[in-house]
Amino acid sequence: MTRSTTLAVSETANNTAAPNLVLILVCGVLVAAGIYLILERSLSRVLLGVVLASNGISVLFLVVSGRAGGAPIIGVTSTDKMSDPLPQAMVLTAIVITLATVGFVLALAYRQWQLSNSDDVQDDIEDAKIQRLAERDRTSQTYDADAESTTRSDEAATEDEDELEEGA
Amino acid sequence: MTNLLPLPVLLPLVGAALTLALRHSPRLQRLVSITLLSGVVAIAAVLVYQTDQHGPQVLWIGGWAEPLGISLVCDRLSALMLLISSLVTLLVLVFSIGQGVADNDRDTPLTIYYPTYLVLCAGIGNAFLAGDLFNLFVGFEVLLFASYVLITLGGTATRIRAGTTYIVVNLLSSLLFLIALAAIYGAAGTVNLAQLSQRLGDLGHGVTLVLQLLLLMVFAIKAAVFPLSAWLPDSYPTAPAPVTAVFAGLLTKVGVYAIIRMQTLLFSDSPLHGLLLWAALLTMVIGILGAVAQSDIKRMLSFTLVSHIGYMIFGIGLATPAGFAGAIFYVVHHITIQTALFLIAGLIERFAGSTSLSRLGGLAPVSPRLAILFFICFMNLAGIPPLSGFLGKVGLMQAGIDVGTPLAITLVVGGIVTSLLTLYALAKAWSQAFWRTPHEALVSAVADARDVDLRHLAERDEYDLELSDLKRAADAVDGQDSRIALPRTMFAAAAAVTALSLLISVVAGPLYSYAERSARDMSHTSVYVDAVLSPEAR
Repeated sequence: MTRSTTLAVSETANNTAAPNLVLILVCGVLVAAGIYLILERSLSRVLLGVVLASNGISVLFLVVSGRAGGAPIIGVTSTDKMSDPLPQAMVLTAIVITLATVGFVLALAYRQWQLSNSDDVQDDIEDAKIQRLAERDRTSQTYDADAESTTRSDEAATEDEDELEEGA
Repeated sequence: MTNLLPLPVLLPLVGAALTLALRHSPRLQRLVSITLLSGVVAIAAVLVYQTDQHGPQVLWIGGWAEPLGISLVCDRLSALMLLISSLVTLLVLVFSIGQGVADNDRDTPLTIYYPTYLVLCAGIGNAFLAGDLFNLFVGFEVLLFASYVLITLGGTATRIRAGTTYIVVNLLSSLLFLIALAAIYGAAGTVNLAQLSQRLGDLGHGVTLVLQLLLLMVFAIKAAVFPLSAWLPDSYPTAPAPVTAVFAGLLTKVGVYAIIRMQTLLFSDSPLHGLLLWAALLTMVIGILGAVAQSDIKRMLSFTLVSHIGYMIFGIGLATPAGFAGAIFYVVHHITIQTALFLIAGLIERFAGSTSLSRLGGLAPVSPRLAILFFICFMNLAGIPPLSGFLGKVGLMQAGIDVGTPLAITLVVGGIVTSLLTLYALAKAWSQAFWRTPHEALVSAVADARDVDLRHLAERDEYDLELSDLKRAADAVDGQDSRIALPRTMFAAAAAVTALSLLISVVAGPLYSYAERSARDMSHTSVYVDAVLSPEAR
C-alpha cells in the first residue's frame, strides 16, 4: 500500500511540466500587492500585506502541486487520478501559522495604538536622535561656511557629523 | 537509542504546557522548567556520544515508510549544537529566575515567561534536528513566535517599537522561506534534505542557483549577515537581559547552522565562494565599525554579534573541511561568549542602573567580581591567547591561508583587523565602565557638556547626560552609598556561562577534533544520505 502511495506522489510531482498560468498570475499579483503593503508605515497595513502575500504563496503551492485531481484517499480515488497531498499539508501548516501571525500582530498594533495613538512603525530612537542632530546642523544659524571661526557651534557641528557617521 | 531524538523537542513543549497550567505557582514553574531543561542537556550529551560513536541517528516519526514521513536526524553537527544550546538555555533560565526573584516584580508577566521560554527551546531543538526543510521551517516558526512574545515582554513603548522591527523583518523572511519551499518542491518533488541532496544535482544549474540564493537569503536574514543585518542592533538591546542573551547566543546561530547545512548537504557543488566571502568580510568590518561607534554597552555588543557572524560565514565560504571545522568551533565559542557578555551587561544594568557608557564609571572598586568577569569575556571575544576565541580564529585563518586565493587572504587580514577592533571597542567600554574613577567620569561628562553650545544644552533631551544625573552621581560619590549587592543567582549564572566559555578553551583539543570529524562527515554527503535513506527508498 505504501509502495503505491510513493509511486503516486512521485508521479504527480512529475506532472508539473505545464503549470497553470492563471494561478501563477494570481500568485504574482497577490505577492506584489502584499510586498507593496508591507512597505507601508502603518502596522495594520503591514499586516494586510503579510496576509495577502501569504495567500499568494498558498496559491504558489497549488501551482507546484501539479494537475488537479481527486481527493488523495486510497480506496476513494485511483492513484493515477489523485492530487498531490503533500503541498496541501504544507499549505495547511502555513495557513495556521499565518492565523497566529495575524492574531499576534493585531495585538501588537493595538498595543502600539494604546501607547502612541497611532500604529505607525516608529524609527529607532538612536536613528531619530541622529536625524534630529542632522536637521539642527542644516538649520544652525550660527554656522557660516565662509567665516573662518573656531567657535563652539562649529565644534558642535563637527561633532554632529561624527555622530552621523557613527549612525551609518 | 534513536527514540531519544524527539525528546529535545518534546520535553520543552511538555514543560511549556505544564508551566502554563501551573501559572499560579511560580515555584513549581521554576522547578519544572529547570528539571526539563536539565533533562534536555543530559539527552543532548548522550546524543553527542551516540553520534560520535555510531554515526548519525535517524528517526522517522510515526513509523511512516521511509521517504514519506517526517524524519529527525542527528549527526555530529546537530548533536553538538543541541548540547551547547541546551546548556546555554539552562544557564540563562537560572539567570532569569534569579532576576525574577530579585526584582520581585508584579508588573512583568512572569507567568507567561517560562512557557514561552520553553517553547523557544523546543523550536531551537526542532531546527537543529529537522531532517527536512519543511520541518526546519516549522522549527523556525516555533522559535520565532516564542521570540516575538519574549522581545515584547511587558509591552512597554520601547519594546513594542523594537519588537515591531524584529517581527516585520522575520515575517518577511518566513514568507521568503515559504516561497523557497514551494519552489524547491516544485523543482525536486521533495523537501527531505537527504533526497534533495540527491535530486538537486540533476536539475539545471540556473534552477539550483535560484533555489540556493532564495534559501541563502532567508537564512542570512536570520543569521544577520551584513546587508540583511540592520534589524538586529535595533531590536535586541531593548529586551530584558536574559532574553537578549539567549537571542544573541542562539537565534542567529540557528541561521548559521542552517547555512552550514544547506551549503554542505544541498548545494555542495556550488560553494558560492565569492558571494559568501565578500558578505563575510563586509559583515565583519562594518559590524565592528558600528560597535566602535556605539556608546551603549548593549548596542555595542549587538554590533559585535553581527560582526563575529562574519567569521562563521568566512569558514562556510571557504567550503573546505578545515573551513567548516573552524566555523563549527567558532559557532560553539561564540554562543557561549556572546551570551555571557549580554548577561554581564544585564548585571551592569541592574547594578548601575544604565548601560550607557557616558553614565558609567568606577564600577571596578565597587564590584571587582563583575569587572573580572567582563574582562575575561571581552578578552575571549577579541581572541587573546590561550582562550577559545583565539583558537577559533586561528583555525579559520589557517583554513583561509590554506585556500590561498587573494580573496581568502583578504578575509584573513580582515579577520585580524576585526579582532583588533573588537579588542579596542570592548577595552574602551571596560575601562570607561570599570576602570576610570567616578570622579573622572564626572569630569569628562561635565567637559562634554561644556563643549556644547548653551542653546543646545537647553534642548537637553538630545544628550544622554543631564544635569540632574550629574548631581545625583556627585551625591553618590560623596555619600559612597552606591554599593548594591549583586543578586547571587544572577551572578552565579553569568559566571557559569563564562566558565563554560573557559571550559571550551580547556577542552579545545577534543572539541576541535570533533568539529573536524563533523566537517569531514559533511564533506561527504553520502554519510548523511546513507544514514537517512535505505538504498531502495531513494
